[in-house]
Amino acid sequence: MSGLYHAWVYLQSGPLLGLTATLLAWQAASWLDERTRHAAWSNPIVIAIILLALGLIASGTSYQSYFNGAQYVQFLLGPATVALAVPMYANLGTIRRNFLPILLSLTAGSAVAAISAMLIVEALGAPRTVVISIAPKSVTTPIAMGISQDLGGLPALTAIFVLITGIFGGLIALPLFRLLGIRDRRAQGLAGGTAAHGLATARLLLESDTAGAFGGLAIGLNGLITAIMVPLFIRWLL
Amino acid sequence: MVQALSLLLICQLLGTVIARASGVPIPGPVFGLILLMILLIIRRGPDPGLSTTAQALLRHLGLLFVPAGVGIVNELDVLRTNALALAVALPISTLLALVVTGFGMQFLLRGER
Repeated sequence: MSGLYHAWVYLQSGPLLGLTATLLAWQAASWLDERTRHAAWSNPIVIAIILLALGLIASGTSYQSYFNGAQYVQFLLGPATVALAVPMYANLGTIRRNFLPILLSLTAGSAVAAISAMLIVEALGAPRTVVISIAPKSVTTPIAMGISQDLGGLPALTAIFVLITGIFGGLIALPLFRLLGIRDRRAQGLAGGTAAHGLATARLLLESDTAGAFGGLAIGLNGLITAIMVPLFIRWLL
Repeated sequence: MVQALSLLLICQLLGTVIARASGVPIPGPVFGLILLMILLIIRRGPDPGLSTTAQALLRHLGLLFVPAGVGIVNELDVLRTNALALAVALPISTLLALVVTGFGMQFLLRGER
């Protein structure tokens, strides 16, 4: 028994356990997502996070000790963000053809997303770290977390905000477009990708390839534009 | 694969140097993305190795932000104390962004096709 205990203590101090647990939780969550045929409520990221968080709490493991191993997965976010240039390049022709409409509506939507979220939480008494953490919530997670980290927010909190935004956006986008008469597939895709990144885009892609393409384009561009604008908003609003 | 990964890391490295040296508060990888984009425009597209590596990384993009998300275990108090503010801000801001971008784009594209 004490041998097992020593092994447990040893594993807790090294990276192996955290890394293995992260990959296993991800596979379990992906399997569940397949089984439910990608239902709107089934988000493998959220499920993997819940599984691991429960595991940490149940085993009394600290986040720092878990992150010891998980940091190797997190490190790949940097190169993955750079790699977003490849799908963006594939959309370059589309961007060039509709450059001004895309830039104007995306910048407006991106600014509205960040500023309205910041103003509402500030008005309702949230502290500065929360206001900063919520600013990039419409951006795809790797970029949003980078922005949050650089500006003094809490990246973990930002990751949760991004997820909630994406799930909500994915659920509401199509009914809202129908209600308001936003029928242009290009406009739908751009709006979904700008307001609620990949999760809304994935939903729109089921309806139309055009919407999916414009959603993908909006995810990348919104990441760039938000990264440029949010530091200014923070200077002005806080 | 190794070559493509090196290229991605070099872009990220240069991007981080630019971000730190210039003091511009944009994440280094975002500058890296712009650098790679410029390179792709000059080279007229990615080579097959880069395409494959980028696809492999992006296919499991979700996995890469699980570790930070688990950090929620340290932020449960923050979530609890600000639950109301968040429950109002997240849906409303998302709704507004959908409406502004959607209407804006549809209006600016009117008359086309």
